[in-house]
Amino acid sequence: MNTVLAHLPALQIVIPLVGGLLAALLRRGILAFALTLVVSWIMPVISGLLLHQVMTSGPISYHLGSWPPPWGIEYRVDLLNGMVLMLVSTIGAVIIPFARRSIDFEIGERRQAWFYSMYLMCLAGLLGVTITGDAFNAFVFLEISSLSTYLLIALGRDRRALVAAFRYLIMGTIGATFYVIGVGFLYLLTGSLNMVDIAARLGAAEPEQARAIIAGLAFITVGISLKLALFPLHSWLPGAYAFAPSWATVFLAATATKVAIYLLVRFLFSIFAVALGRDSLPIAEIVLSLSVAAMFIASIIAVYQTNLKRMLAYSSLAQIGYIMLGIGIANQAGLAGGLVHIVNHAIMKAALFLALGAIFYRIGSVQIADIAGIGRRMPLTMAAFSVAGLGLVGTPGTAGFISKWYLALGALERGWWPMVFLLVASSLISVLYVGRVLEAAWFRPVGEKAAAAKDPPLSMLLPLLVLAAATVYFGLDTQWTAGIADAAAAFLLGGLQ
Amino acid sequence: MEALLALVDHYNFVITIFLMVAGLYVVVARSNMVKKLIGLSIFQTSVYLLYLEPGKIIGGTAPIVDPKFTLYSNPLPHVLILTAIVVGVGTLALGLALVVRIHEAYGTTDDDDIADRNRDE
Amino acid sequence: MTLLGEAGHLILLAILLPLGCALVLPLFRNIPNLREAVTLLTALALAAIVLMLLPVVEAGGRPAAQLLEVAPGLAIAFAVEPLGMLFALVASLLWIVNSIYSIGYMRAHDEPRQTTFYACFAIALASTMGIAFAGNLFTLFLCYEALTLCTFPLVTHKRNAEAMRAGRLYLLLLLGTSMVLFLPAIMATWFLAGTTDFMPGGILAGKASPLVTGLLLALYAFGIGKAAIMPVHFWLPAAMVAPTPVSALLHAVAVVKAGVFAILKIVVYVFGIETLALAGANEWLIYVGSASLLLASLIALTRDNLKARLAYSTISQLAYVVVGAALAGSTGILGSGLQIATHAAGKITLFFCAGAIYVASHKTEISEMAGIGRKMPVTMLAFLVGSLSIIGLPPFGGMWSKWLLALGALEAGHVFVVAVLMLSSLLSAAYLLPIVARAFFAAPPADAHGHGHGEGIQEAPLACLIALCATALLCVVLFFQAGRIESLLAGIFTAPQ
Repeated sequence: MNTVLAHLPALQIVIPLVGGLLAALLRRGILAFALTLVVSWIMPVISGLLLHQVMTSGPISYHLGSWPPPWGIEYRVDLLNGMVLMLVSTIGAVIIPFARRSIDFEIGERRQAWFYSMYLMCLAGLLGVTITGDAFNAFVFLEISSLSTYLLIALGRDRRALVAAFRYLIMGTIGATFYVIGVGFLYLLTGSLNMVDIAARLGAAEPEQARAIIAGLAFITVGISLKLALFPLHSWLPGAYAFAPSWATVFLAATATKVAIYLLVRFLFSIFAVALGRDSLPIAEIVLSLSVAAMFIASIIAVYQTNLKRMLAYSSLAQIGYIMLGIGIANQAGLAGGLVHIVNHAIMKAALFLALGAIFYRIGSVQIADIAGIGRRMPLTMAAFSVAGLGLVGTPGTAGFISKWYLALGALERGWWPMVFLLVASSLISVLYVGRVLEAAWFRPVGEKAAAAKDPPLSMLLPLLVLAAATVYFGLDTQWTAGIADAAAAFLLGGLQ
Repeated sequence: MEALLALVDHYNFVITIFLMVAGLYVVVARSNMVKKLIGLSIFQTSVYLLYLEPGKIIGGTAPIVDPKFTLYSNPLPHVLILTAIVVGVGTLALGLALVVRIHEAYGTTDDDDIADRNRDE
Repeated sequence: MTLLGEAGHLILLAILLPLGCALVLPLFRNIPNLREAVTLLTALALAAIVLMLLPVVEAGGRPAAQLLEVAPGLAIAFAVEPLGMLFALVASLLWIVNSIYSIGYMRAHDEPRQTTFYACFAIALASTMGIAFAGNLFTLFLCYEALTLCTFPLVTHKRNAEAMRAGRLYLLLLLGTSMVLFLPAIMATWFLAGTTDFMPGGILAGKASPLVTGLLLALYAFGIGKAAIMPVHFWLPAAMVAPTPVSALLHAVAVVKAGVFAILKIVVYVFGIETLALAGANEWLIYVGSASLLLASLIALTRDNLKARLAYSTISQLAYVVVGAALAGSTGILGSGLQIATHAAGKITLFFCAGAIYVASHKTEISEMAGIGRKMPVTMLAFLVGSLSIIGLPPFGGMWSKWLLALGALEAGHVFVVAVLMLSSLLSAAYLLPIVARAFFAAPPADAHGHGHGEGIQEAPLACLIALCATALLCVVLFFQAGRIESLLAGIFTAPQ
């Protein structure tokens, strides 16, 4: 037992990795699903144990293969990535029951095992990016997750999924390569790839090397921004979310961009800010302006979409803007707001896409014209959608409000009054696109497409209801979300001058 | 004059940057999907060079421990780049597989034509 | 987590009871009599609970209940003080009357979706109780938004294009003002004062410069869109498309009253009247309120649609409360509080009559209502009573509120406000009395079929008649009970025991 506990960080990665391999060998869809289910449910147990250990006895340092850092690869779990690990594995565990029928409906029997295999690889990759303390190892896991993501998307029904996957492949690879260039700069400067070690050595750098440090920062930021779809490097996301299999979109929307954001936060606060001093990070203004642009432009575009998945994809872009805003504000409240929104948005977006997946399962369409009156036929589904939608808008009593509260407070502490108004004004735009869907679903007479619908089976309904309930729960009891985010922000900012 | 001399001195970096930009240009400027993938490969290759070149320590020998030598070249970049090459190969293979399927679905591998067709859908 | 002061459980019961009613009502959707009975019983029970709280508050007690702490500094907490006590009394008593009226109206009209109607009504009352008893700004905001959302299905009850358009305007204007103006005001208050609790004497003393205080007041005044201060008043005339019981709820029982109550409460317990007067930040609101007062009365003169005229009358009467609050003197506050009660009684009478006329004769325009008094004498007499109360003549309650407001204006040295009040009374007479006069003294026009249009029109349904007589009686009762209300409200300025 003790050996298992001692090697939990490695198991967090190895189990889904091996699971992915096995799933590929199991030709039958249902067997692959069963394996995925088991693996998905083990993941949060491991993450929970890791997070608990971090919260009680401080950061965990695990030496892969017993090679000591900085020569060996180190898996380092602290409050920040403990939180993200917990998020990714819990979301994966909650949504997996939904997959059985949804994937069976959208993907042919021959390909289902491949799908589950790729999902497990993606999970391993995302968890790996989060848990690793080595910059190049992060690249490897980033690409593992990205390559499997391209495949997940390409397995969508519509032929446009193939094109979306290809576009994502091109842009994602450019992003990863930029990231590698940035890491190359850091390696040339410090001779090390271990994140903690780089931070220490960068601090001791000579002034002539400042340009190289900035260049490394720039490449890493742009590279990761491509992965997290920060405006204007976002063009792959709407197509990818709209045409991927519904359940794949649920998982990706909730986790993939969040992990990229984590990586950026890690580099900005644990490595560069330590070396350069917090307020001399030149990218803060750029990040702030791009975030505000994302918040408004993406929300406005979302209002005009008729494909509901596309609408939610643009909504995700705006929400990513909120998270990056918190990071740009970079004080205790702002950073805590950004981090807590990582969790809150994942929950809300997963619920929304699950609802859309259920609708697609029943009526085969996610066009707004086709869901007229569907609230009467699928009341539980649309109720969950409404709750999550209200959360997205930032209604008090939901998780979304908490994020906005912290972000606004962060802006106020910096004295940036206009930022507060920009924040709430963009929330108002989200009322428009959420309200449009709710009006169509509840207040219009039942259309012909919606007439045949009814609530999905329990295996699909349960994850949806759980996540909708979580939206309200985490709006009223924020101990586990905002509490941890606050502590993580304090931890990140505490190491800076 | 000094700038020119500096460029000539660091000819390896000039080549690296040229490949980088050339690869990116092909990705952006060419609409044929296979060409985009090739551009991507060129771009990734330039990054391999970026890592490998500083690995060679001038006056250093092959990185095999031997009591006769004190200065060794750095083996770590080679290891890293092997990994990166594998990733690159995987990406290229996946990309080409996607192109094959796109060709089956659309009858063309031209990005602009496909965009037009998608817009009409 | 739950801290209950004396009688604190009564507060929670007052909120949970209507919510429970709303949950239970769908079970009786096929047994209308049972459904109506449950509604009435709940209304009676709610009034009883509120009445139980009354003696506690009159004696100086301040029941409180803290539910949970959502995040550091944000808690859901309730506390009863005289203003809230009065508002809760008004709302709960009028719910009983409104329910009786609704039964008559909805059945006479054979309206569809009655279960949704009664259920949303109950939720609206629960939210209103929450607003009345809110112990801090966060709880107030939470219940305020809940009220907006749950009244949307009521406003759009008819579900035709006009109703949906009105509903959209309603939602966007109210959510827009609350999200873009009210919420930042709350955040700023928290930022400046360190708390959002309501305290006697206010929490902003010495915390903000006069300019910031004035700006904050502006954010609150226009952010609380339910108070319908011009120019954020447009939702109110648009919402007249709803059935009359909903209009009565909007204008008298809950929605607009919640708005002006919130402004009054914030002026007294967040700013503190001494702080406000000292900073001189209240002057502009007196002028803006007076302008709204007169302008709305003038527009009311031009409206032929009875409900539209009453809507603008409401906007004008609400401005009385705002002006009284803006005077920042204790007499003004007393007058405003009393105005909330007397206007509620008067206006609900007028709306009941308007609805009765519609049910009996399908007439909505005043020009068509000649001679209708002869067929509906009780209705039009009640209309007269309500009108006289609104105008401010004895022996009706409206007189005392106008009297106190004039007194407060004189005390604060704003003589012109007295002139405004007098002018407004004249204008009210001008737009209300002709209706009565026309109803009784004008000859009914013959309609196209040749027979006098008086035939076929009879008095309103019995339930409606009972309701409007009860509220007319209330107008008279309030004249004599005004002293008791005044002493209740005077408790605002004395220290609690």
